Amino acid sequence: MPSELSTRSETRRERRVFAKLRNRTRTAGELAQGMGVSRPAVSQQPSEVLRAAGLVVVTADGTRRLYRVDRRGIEAVRQWFDGFWDETLDAFKEAAESAARKKGRT
Amino acid sequence: MAEQIVFQWTDPNSVRKAIKVQAPQEVAWQVFTEQIGSWWPLAVYKIGKATAVNAVIEPRVGGRWHEQGDDGSTCDWGRVLVWEPPSRLVLSWDINADFQYVPGLGTEIEVRFIAEDEGSTRVELEHRRLDRFGDRRDQMRTIFDKTGDWGKLLASFAQAAESLAGER
Repeated sequence: MPSELSTRSETRRERRVFAKLRNRTRTAGELAQGMGVSRPAVSQQPSEVLRAAGLVVVTADGTRRLYRVDRRGIEAVRQWFDGFWDETLDAFKEAAESAARKKGRT
Repeated sequence: MAEQIVFQWTDPNSVRKAIKVQAPQEVAWQVFTEQIGSWWPLAVYKIGKATAVNAVIEPRVGGRWHEQGDDGSTCDWGRVLVWEPPSRLVLSWDINADFQYVPGLGTEIEVRFIAEDEGSTRVELEHRRLDRFGDRRDQMRTIFDKTGDWGKLLASFAQAAESLAGER
């Protein structure tokens, strides 16, 4: 069963879903509605499985818990670029601000 | 008060950044597209044998994005996919994990320049389709094999999220 889940069609669908819902949040109620399960089952089950797999980051926000799906096991390349763009965009910002100052237009 | 649980989706195949730059939109665009040599870490991040002295984006869709060596040589990095000055640029980054140019590799960098007021610009960058590097695939399979429940759960989430997204 697991090997079926890494088929191309699943990955393509995941990409479409992620692209559509980038950085959007969902309540457990909405997800439960879509999955056809009761709300408590949705809110309890995912955290156990995903947290055990090291694939969820949980942050507290008042009375809310925010779950971020984070597939860290496949993130080596992503992390490299994360650090690269941090540094490179900082350098770009300095260059752009310096150019603006020279033009007298900040 | 009842506890509210929310789920936040992120794209695992992209990196997204945003910075505020104290420069007008057209200056930010110009520095990014015409003066790469003034900020890109060419001493480290270049792929040619020669010392790189600049990097150039040819200003049109299909234009080359390449480094220039001090001996006049050039090495391609990618292509311009979208050219909409001064607000939107999309480049392909076709350099693989071994720092070799692979035509058609197809990771993409989208940069948006959003004027916030006369003197400042919000610059948003997304480097996406990182899965095109390919070597992630084996790592992905390992994760899914180890946690069969996670795979089923992800499929369920995907179905639910798709139906929600379809309603919008």
